[in-house]
Amino acid sequence: MQIIAQVLFLIALVAGIGFFVRNIRRVLRNIKLGREVDRTDNKGERFAKMARIAFGQSKMVKRPVSGLLHVIVYVGFVIINIEVLEIIIDGLFGTHRILSFMGGFYDFLIASFEILALLVLIGVIVFWIRRNILNIYRFLSRELKGWPKNDANYILYFEMVLMVLFLVMNATDYQLQLNGAPHYASEAGIVGSFPISQFLLPIFDGMSNATLIIIERAAWWLHILGILFFLNYLYYSKHLHILLAFPNVYFSKLQPQGEMDNLQSVTDEVKLMMDPDADPFAAPAEEEEGADPAKFGASDVFDLNQVQLLNSYTCTECGRCTAECPANQTGKKLSPRKIMMDTRDRLEEVGDIINTKGKYEDNGKQLLDDFILREELWACTTCNACVEACPVGIDPLSIILDMRRYLVMEESAAPNELAIAMTNIENNGAPWPYNQQDRLNWAKEN
Amino acid sequence: MAEALKVPTMAEYMAEGKKPEVLFWVGCAGSFDDRAKKITKAFVKLLHEAGVDFAVLGTEESCTGDPAKRAGNEFLFQMQAATNIEVLNGYEIEKVVTACPHCFNTIKNEYPALGGNYEVMHHTQFLKTLLNEGKLKVEGGKFKGKRITFHDPCYLGRANGEYEAPRDLLRKLEVELVEMRKCKSNGLCCGAGGGQMFKEPEPGNKDVNIERTEQAMEVKPEVIAAGCPFCNTMMTDGVKGTNKEDSVAVMDVAELIANAHDL
Repeated sequence: MQIIAQVLFLIALVAGIGFFVRNIRRVLRNIKLGREVDRTDNKGERFAKMARIAFGQSKMVKRPVSGLLHVIVYVGFVIINIEVLEIIIDGLFGTHRILSFMGGFYDFLIASFEILALLVLIGVIVFWIRRNILNIYRFLSRELKGWPKNDANYILYFEMVLMVLFLVMNATDYQLQLNGAPHYASEAGIVGSFPISQFLLPIFDGMSNATLIIIERAAWWLHILGILFFLNYLYYSKHLHILLAFPNVYFSKLQPQGEMDNLQSVTDEVKLMMDPDADPFAAPAEEEEGADPAKFGASDVFDLNQVQLLNSYTCTECGRCTAECPANQTGKKLSPRKIMMDTRDRLEEVGDIINTKGKYEDNGKQLLDDFILREELWACTTCNACVEACPVGIDPLSIILDMRRYLVMEESAAPNELAIAMTNIENNGAPWPYNQQDRLNWAKEN
Repeated sequence: MAEALKVPTMAEYMAEGKKPEVLFWVGCAGSFDDRAKKITKAFVKLLHEAGVDFAVLGTEESCTGDPAKRAGNEFLFQMQAATNIEVLNGYEIEKVVTACPHCFNTIKNEYPALGGNYEVMHHTQFLKTLLNEGKLKVEGGKFKGKRITFHDPCYLGRANGEYEAPRDLLRKLEVELVEMRKCKSNGLCCGAGGGQMFKEPEPGNKDVNIERTEQAMEVKPEVIAAGCPFCNTMMTDGVKGTNKEDSVAVMDVAELIANAHDL
């Protein structure tokens, strides 16, 4: 009997982790569809930034209520993993509380897990209330209708159930130890300390050991199966951020926020144009065999770089970016969160085509127009509020800028007034129609 | 009538075989916009007051390309940058000061990769160093005790992390510095960046500058201080929109200092 449980456990574990690995490989494959970008410099600074922002949650607490609740759930999640380690060992070897040899320290660990589980439970319930009952601006946007809203709630329900199962498991285990049930009772006396689940004991009053074992085993199995299911749910959910937030912050931009990259392909052309020795009739330099001609800016996910695509998978849809966006606050269509969600949705669509057909085949859609509207792109003031607000180092502005570059340099599709300003810059060296020769007139005026 | 300002150009310096300590990059707004020209003049007066050896490029200056770049025209931006860098390098410029955060950001952060390496300062940073060195004396004056709030320009604040230089200058004027609910790294844009200055906004409930002006009005200021010619225009329009232009002034930090001492 025991051996069957162990084998079943092994199968569940291997299947759960195997499916997870397959999905993570798909995410990585999709991210690699983007252009390469070198972010291997300044390793020390990158690690420090990751430690501070992803591990240390320094930007989460800028909004104290959600920030603090998030820290509790996050710390709970990280620390309770030690308990998961014990569950896995017990499951594989049929042991009971294998780590209890640590004695007093083990009691301390279990006690802290219990307190964390309760705090997580409270945190998750407050999160649910915030999302579903309080009318918080960030959670009311049009891009949060349907799946994104349900996804967020499913996660919350899931965590509630997991925490309750954990406490039920501990309570019944404790009762079984008190009853001196075989396998549960230890020569060392009671192992573990149960400051929270002890209050559940009255529920199990008068139950036989057999019933208690069934409840304990059920809670134990559901808990670990739930965790394995949760692991595999990540891929389909905004909850992927719990893994990707770390690499995402590591690879984020280190330069000042105001610095936007200079396109090298443009630099090459400008140099050629300004070179007095260049032969205007020379044949264009031979392109590498099979290389695509350089495209300016981005109209689809393939034109974005790998960090931008990683950004889209990391986005938690928290909407702090959108809440800070001046365009969004004044009722314009732009929502930086939607830019990130659209990018991921399009990338997922491309990934699905590759999964079914083996390679990408044009489905007549692209990121521009089919997902992100021009009106959204032109509403951006490039103020960097969205970049500043993101707790995990996402840069929606860089995507907006790359798409504007495509509109202007590939399609000449700038709004008319901007096109006029650009012509003025080109002809007069100023966005207004004044002559460059009049630049110093102010000095002569009183 | 006050006599015209003395504004030396790089070409004049070159002709005399001399180099100024610093180049004052005036920018398009500072050169052509009637409101921004007043900021330019106020800053020049302060430079004279502090005895700074400076010059401008004058007719040799051209748009840095900031609005073009942020509107997506990388090509035009780099053409502008290449031309400007050629001029700046030709004069062997080492230090640049500008009253426009957009010019500041572009020359400081985006020109180096294209061959333009200079020490670039925003005018509030430069004025602060002049104060610290004792070259410029600022204390109290006309604005002492007045309620003033500072609107952070995105391209000075969030884009480059400078929040304190303009505030330090205002403190020197012994004003009552009050902060808006959204300030420093959480500051709200005036609505002009990214090329928006030159186009109508997309449809929405209200314009960004109105929203920002309302936030400023919440703290009941006598003066809204700005550090950017575009912010200045946007906030001035916003104040007019609320019919408060008689009681609330919008002034650049440089203007406040120059006016405080009747320069």
